[in-house]
Amino acid sequence: MTDQTEAGEILSAPLIIEYPFKRTTGPIIGAFLTGLREQVLVGSRAEDGRVIVPPAEFDPVSGNDLTELVEVGPEGVISTWAWVTAPHAKHPLDDPFAWVLVTLDGADTPMLGALKADGIDAVATGARVKPVWAEEREGHIDDIAHWVLVDAEGDAA
Amino acid sequence: MPEIQLPASLQGVEAVRSVRTPARLDYTFTPGDATSRFLKGITQKKIIGQQARPDTRVYVPPRGADPELGAATPIEVEVAQVGTVTSFCVVNLQFYGSGMEIPYTSALILLDGADLSIMHLIQEIPADQVRIGMRVEAVWRDDADIEPTLESIKWFRPTGEPDDVNVRIPGEKRGTGLGSWPGGVPPTELTVRNPRTGLGGTAADGGEG
Repeated sequence: MTDQTEAGEILSAPLIIEYPFKRTTGPIIGAFLTGLREQVLVGSRAEDGRVIVPPAEFDPVSGNDLTELVEVGPEGVISTWAWVTAPHAKHPLDDPFAWVLVTLDGADTPMLGALKADGIDAVATGARVKPVWAEEREGHIDDIAHWVLVDAEGDAA
Repeated sequence: MPEIQLPASLQGVEAVRSVRTPARLDYTFTPGDATSRFLKGITQKKIIGQQARPDTRVYVPPRGADPELGAATPIEVEVAQVGTVTSFCVVNLQFYGSGMEIPYTSALILLDGADLSIMHLIQEIPADQVRIGMRVEAVWRDDADIEPTLESIKWFRPTGEPDDVNVRIPGEKRGTGLGSWPGGVPPTELTVRNPRTGLGGTAADGGEG
């Protein structure tokens, strides 16, 4: 074997890879996103009568097409949550916040959201929340800017 | 498609049909020892490959190991800055992130002294005149702009030498060059073994026919 000379310092460089994907939605997810743009939350009714949010395209038991979309929310109840003490750049909120699973009024399954709250002590399972809509909406999950707690009188805390 | 029943609040509004789902991966790329050596060679306008033993394949750019032998490649070898086009693709579509003027040609170039083709641009010749077997040479950036990146070679351009009619594809028993075919008969889909499917080609070359 021939000796290698010292390579010295190992190089490194920033590398950013971007894929500008655009996906077609189909009629069910499309309706959900249309609803977000119109400030309306919808789910799909499964064959057993449960309402799934965000809407599923297929019945989770039979696999049959689901075709009935129903309006839910806009308020809901926190099913479970996790506090984020140190948000990173890709998180939807800059300050510490809670990831929450929200079971919307009229829905039987929870959906994920980011809850803006004063602190970890303000968040509780069972607390009522409502969406804060983005000012500019285009039919994207980001049309919900974040969620906030609703106090007993029904006003945002 | 099944008929969808919308709630009253969504009837009559324009439906969303597509959604942006961009992916962005933000890395710090560390090329490792072998490729760092290669890139430092580039800053001296040298193209440096590596091999495991003096009689085994020279890999450019080197990754530190010979994948056939499963052996480290401690021997550094400077290869030539001229080579042969072994394959190419004319790009006619503008795509996201590319500043290239279309059409342009991206090619696999087997540098003299190397056993692995590098991918680079072919310029200074119309895209429709690029061909397998064409001899090309590296065109470097101005010295002041040389950096440890393969982009320090702006592109490859024709040398004007006669085509290499025996050009081979590294790893294949026989190449696709014009003169490398018995009797000078140019290859067709029937005579070239597809290395992916194993279909085609003559028995003498490991194919079926």
